[in-house]
Amino acid sequence: MTSHCNGNMDSFVKVPTIKFTKLFINGEFVDSISGKTFETIDPRTGEVITRVSEGDKEDVDLAVKAARQAFDNGPWPRLPGSERGRIMMKFADLVNQHVEELAALDTIDGGKLFGSCKSMDVPGAANCLRYYAGAADKIHGNVLKMSREFHGYTLREPIGVVGHIIPWNFPTIMFFGKVSPALAAGCTMVLKPAEQTPLSALYYAHLAKLAGIPDGVLNVVTGFGPTAGAAISSHMDIDAISFTGSTEVGREIMQAAAKSNLKTVSLELGGKSPLVIFDDADVDKAAGLALLGILYNKGEICVASSRVFVQEGIYDEFVKLLVEKVKAWKVGDPFHPKTQQGPQVDKKQFEKILSYIEHGKRQGATLLSGGNPLGDKGYYIEPTIFTDVKEDMLIAKDEIFGPVMALMKFNTIDEAIKKANNTTYGLAAGIVTKNLDVANTVSRSIRAGVIWINCYLAFDQDCSYGGYKMSGFGRDCGLEALDKYLHVKSIVTPIYNSPWL
Amino acid sequence: MGSHCDDSIVSSVKIPTIKFTKLFINGEFVDSISGKTFETIDPRTGDVIARIAEGDEEDIDLAVKAARDAFDHGPWPRLPGSERARIMMKFADLIDQNVEELAALDTIDAGKLFSMGKAVDIPQVAATLRYYAGAADKIHGDVLKMSREFHAYTLREPIGVVGHIIPWNYPSTMLLMKISPALAAGCTMVVKPAEQTPLSALYYAHLAKLAGIPNGVLNVVTGFGPTAGAAVSTHMDIDAVSFTGSPEVGRKVMKAAAESNLKVVSLELGGKSPLIIFDDADVDAAAQLALTGIVYNKGEICVASSRVYVQEGIYDEVVKKLVEKAKAWVVGDPFDPEVQQGPQVDKKQFERILTYIEHGKREGATLLTGGKPLGRKGYYIEPTIFTDFKEEMLIAKDEIFGPVMALAKFKTIEEAIARANNSRYGLAAGIVTKDLNVANTVSRSIRAGTIWINCYFAFDNDCPVGGYKMSGFGSDLGLEGLYKYLHVKSVVTPIYNTPWL
Repeated sequence: MTSHCNGNMDSFVKVPTIKFTKLFINGEFVDSISGKTFETIDPRTGEVITRVSEGDKEDVDLAVKAARQAFDNGPWPRLPGSERGRIMMKFADLVNQHVEELAALDTIDGGKLFGSCKSMDVPGAANCLRYYAGAADKIHGNVLKMSREFHGYTLREPIGVVGHIIPWNFPTIMFFGKVSPALAAGCTMVLKPAEQTPLSALYYAHLAKLAGIPDGVLNVVTGFGPTAGAAISSHMDIDAISFTGSTEVGREIMQAAAKSNLKTVSLELGGKSPLVIFDDADVDKAAGLALLGILYNKGEICVASSRVFVQEGIYDEFVKLLVEKVKAWKVGDPFHPKTQQGPQVDKKQFEKILSYIEHGKRQGATLLSGGNPLGDKGYYIEPTIFTDVKEDMLIAKDEIFGPVMALMKFNTIDEAIKKANNTTYGLAAGIVTKNLDVANTVSRSIRAGVIWINCYLAFDQDCSYGGYKMSGFGRDCGLEALDKYLHVKSIVTPIYNSPWL
Repeated sequence: MGSHCDDSIVSSVKIPTIKFTKLFINGEFVDSISGKTFETIDPRTGDVIARIAEGDEEDIDLAVKAARDAFDHGPWPRLPGSERARIMMKFADLIDQNVEELAALDTIDAGKLFSMGKAVDIPQVAATLRYYAGAADKIHGDVLKMSREFHAYTLREPIGVVGHIIPWNYPSTMLLMKISPALAAGCTMVVKPAEQTPLSALYYAHLAKLAGIPNGVLNVVTGFGPTAGAAVSTHMDIDAVSFTGSPEVGRKVMKAAAESNLKVVSLELGGKSPLIIFDDADVDAAAQLALTGIVYNKGEICVASSRVYVQEGIYDEVVKKLVEKAKAWVVGDPFDPEVQQGPQVDKKQFERILTYIEHGKREGATLLTGGKPLGRKGYYIEPTIFTDFKEEMLIAKDEIFGPVMALAKFKTIEEAIARANNSRYGLAAGIVTKDLNVANTVSRSIRAGTIWINCYFAFDNDCPVGGYKMSGFGSDLGLEGLYKYLHVKSVVTPIYNTPWL
C-alpha cells in the first residue's frame, strides 16, 4: 500500500491570502457585468478557497473590445520586437520574484506539488517568457525566388486578437505556454483559465501590468466553458483560438469557430501515449520511467504514458520492480516536501478515475496494485496498475487522466509498433532501448507528435510538441508555437532590368 | 457594351472526344458503386458534353481504403524524395505533351479561354508539379537547441491520407496546386473535383498512372458536394482536408472535420479584394489593371479585384479609360483566339451574377457600362462596372464571382486603407503607386494574404497564397504550401558527457 501522509498534518507553508479574484480587462480588475461569482475548491479538502468573478459573454465582449483596440491602435504590435522582448523579460523577473506565492496558489487550486511548482513549473514559465522574448525580434519572412521579373517577399504578421482557453492541470505552464509566443508575435489576447484553477492566472495578469504590458494586451476572463469559453470560440472579432483540453471540448471549439468567423484554430487534446520497453532496457530505470510517466502530476498530464508495453523477456522482472517502486510512492498533502503525488484536481475527476478503475476490474483486467481512494477528505487516489489488459478494454482506449496504468506484454518490434499505434490519439510515446536501429525504426513508426527515447516528459523550450491524429493540431513550445499567432502575407512588385533571376 | 462574337462561329479547334468518365480508384477507372452518372454541361451552349460516374460515400470509402493502404504499406511515402520527384517530373512532361487536349477539356467544361489554357494554365500546372518535385528531397526538420543534456530533432512527416476538394474555376490549376505538394510530401490522396468540371481531373489521373504514380496514391472521385464532398470531410480515416471554394461550404467542411476525426483543415475561400489606385499612377496602365483584375477568367477567380478605389485627382480620367477598355473587351466563344472572356461556368452562376447586377441597380449604384447577358445561348455576361457605391451595398460586400466591378473615389491614404479593410474577407489586394512610402505603408496596413503592387495576379510557384480573416487559413504555393501535408514530430534522447550545450 502506498505511503500516505496523514490528512491533518499542518502545512509547512502558509497558505497564501488570495489577492486577485476579479476579471482583468483593459488593465483593471473589475467585477463581471452580472456580478456573479463562483467558488474555487481546494482539492486537499474539498473546501472552498474563495469566490472568483464569473465572466460571461458580455465580459468576453468587453475584453475583446479592449484587445481589438490595443491591437488596431495601441502600441504593442507597433513596438519593435526587442522592446516587446524587454517587457516580457521584466515580466519573467517578476514571476521569479513571486515564485513562492504563485506556487502556493497552484498547489491549493490544482493539488499540484508545492516543491515541483517552486522549482520547476513557475521558473519554467519564466523561462518560457524569456525564450519567446528572445525570439520576438527574429520573426522574419522570406524573400522569394520568383520565376519572372518580380520582387516577392513574405511578412509574418501578428494575427490579431487571440483567444486562449487553458486547462487546469498546469495552470502556470499552460498560461505562459500560450501567452508568451502570442505576446512576442505582437498579438493581443483574451485568456480564459479553467474554472477549476483561476487563481494564478489573475495574479499573472497583475504582474503583467507591473511589468509594463500595456492595457488591453492581456485580458483574463475567469468563468466556465459553456459560457465564457463558448463566447470566445464563437466570437466574431477574435482572429485565432488556441485551446488545450479534452477532445470533446476541442470538437465544440472547432465547430464554433467554423460557424462564427472561421477563426484559425489550434488544438492540443488528449492522449493515450504508449511507453514501449524493449528487453535490452535497464529494467530498474525502465520501471522508474514507467511509474513517473503515469504518476507525474497525479496522472493529470496529456502526455502521460498510460499504456506501458514491456517485451516478454524482461516482463516478470519489470513487474516485480514496478510493484516495489509503487509501494514506496508517497501520496499526500502537496505542501509536504516528501509527497510525490497530491490530490486529483476536483470531485468530478476523482469520480471519473474511480469509475474507470471499476471498469477495468469489471472488464477483467488484473489489478496489480492500488485501485482505491485514500483518506476521507479531498480527492486522493492510490497509484493503480492493471495488467492482463486487452486493447479493446476502456482502460486501454480512453484517456483516464489519473494515476492508472495499463500494463501489457509484447513479443516483437512489429507487434509493439502496431499496438502503440492502435489508438485514435497520437500525442506522445516513449521508447526504452539501447539499440540504435530499434530506436530509429520505432521512433519513425509511431504516429505521435513527440517521441522520447530513454527518457519521458523531457520537455524543453526549443522543442515543440503537439498532436497527431485526434490529439489535435498545431504546436506548443519551440519556434513552431509562434506560427499559431502569425499569418503570412506575400507582397509582389514588378522589377525592371534585373541583372539576375 | 462588350464586343460579342456571333454565336454561330464554328470553332476552329476540334472538340476533344471525352476519354475518361469513370471514377479513378486504386489505379483503375471504375463505375460508381451505385452505377449513377451525372451530366457535365458546356457553358457556351448549355448542352450536355458527357455523363460522368457519380461517386458517393461508398466510393469515397473505397478510395480512402486504397489511399490508406498505399500510405501505410505502399512504396510512395517510402521512396526517397528524389524518386517521388522523378515520377512527378515525368507526370509534368506528360502534361506538356497533352496540353491541347487538356486545355480543350477545361474550355468546354468551364468556359475558360482555350488559348490561355494552352499558353498559360496548363504549362503552369506542369511548372507547379516540377516546383514541388524539386522540393521533395529538401523537406528537412531541425535539430533543436536543448537547455539540458538531450539530443532532439524534429521530423516533418507526411501527414497521411489527404482529401482535396477543388472548385470549378481553375480545374487544372487547382488540382495540381493541391496534389503537387501532397505528392512531394509523400502523402496519398482522394480528390473530389467540382461537379461542374470533372473532365480534366480524370484525364490527369490517367496521366498520373502513365507517369508511374503507384496505384492508390492518387484517387479521383467525381460527384457532388453534399454526397462525395461531405463523405471526404467527415471521413474517419482521412488525416487532412484541403478545400478551396465558397465560405459557406468552407464552414461545412470545417464543421464536419470537427465532428468526425478532428482532421487538419485548410481553407481557401472567397474574397472581395480591393485595388487602390493613387493619383501618381499611370492612368492607362491602372485602368487596364483594374479591368483585367475583374474580367480575367470572366471574374471567376477568388482574388478578383472586385472593389476598385481611385484617388480623386485621376478619377475622371480613369473612368473614361475604363469604359473605353470595357467596351473594347471581346466576349465570345472561348475557342476563338480573339476572345478575351468566355461564358460563366453554369446557369446557376450566370443567374446569380445577374441577380447581383439587379441588386446594384436597385440599391442605387450607377451602372457605368455593361449589366446585361449576351446572346441567346450559353451563359455570357457583359463586363459590368458600377460607380457611386456605398460600402453597405451588396455589390460592395458580397463576392459576386463574375465580371462586375464596384468603383469608387477616395481622397486620403487613410481613407483608402480603412475602406480596403472594411470587408470580412482578406484574400488579396492591389496598390498602384510609384511612391515607395505609400507602397510600404499601404501594403503593411491592408489585411490580406497577398498584396500586389503595380501588378495584379502576379502568381509564382515560390510565392505562397492564402487568406486572412474569412478568406480562410493555410497557404497554397510556395514552400508554405507543403505544411498542410506534413506534421511535425519531435524526437528527444538523453546524451551524456557532451562537450557543449
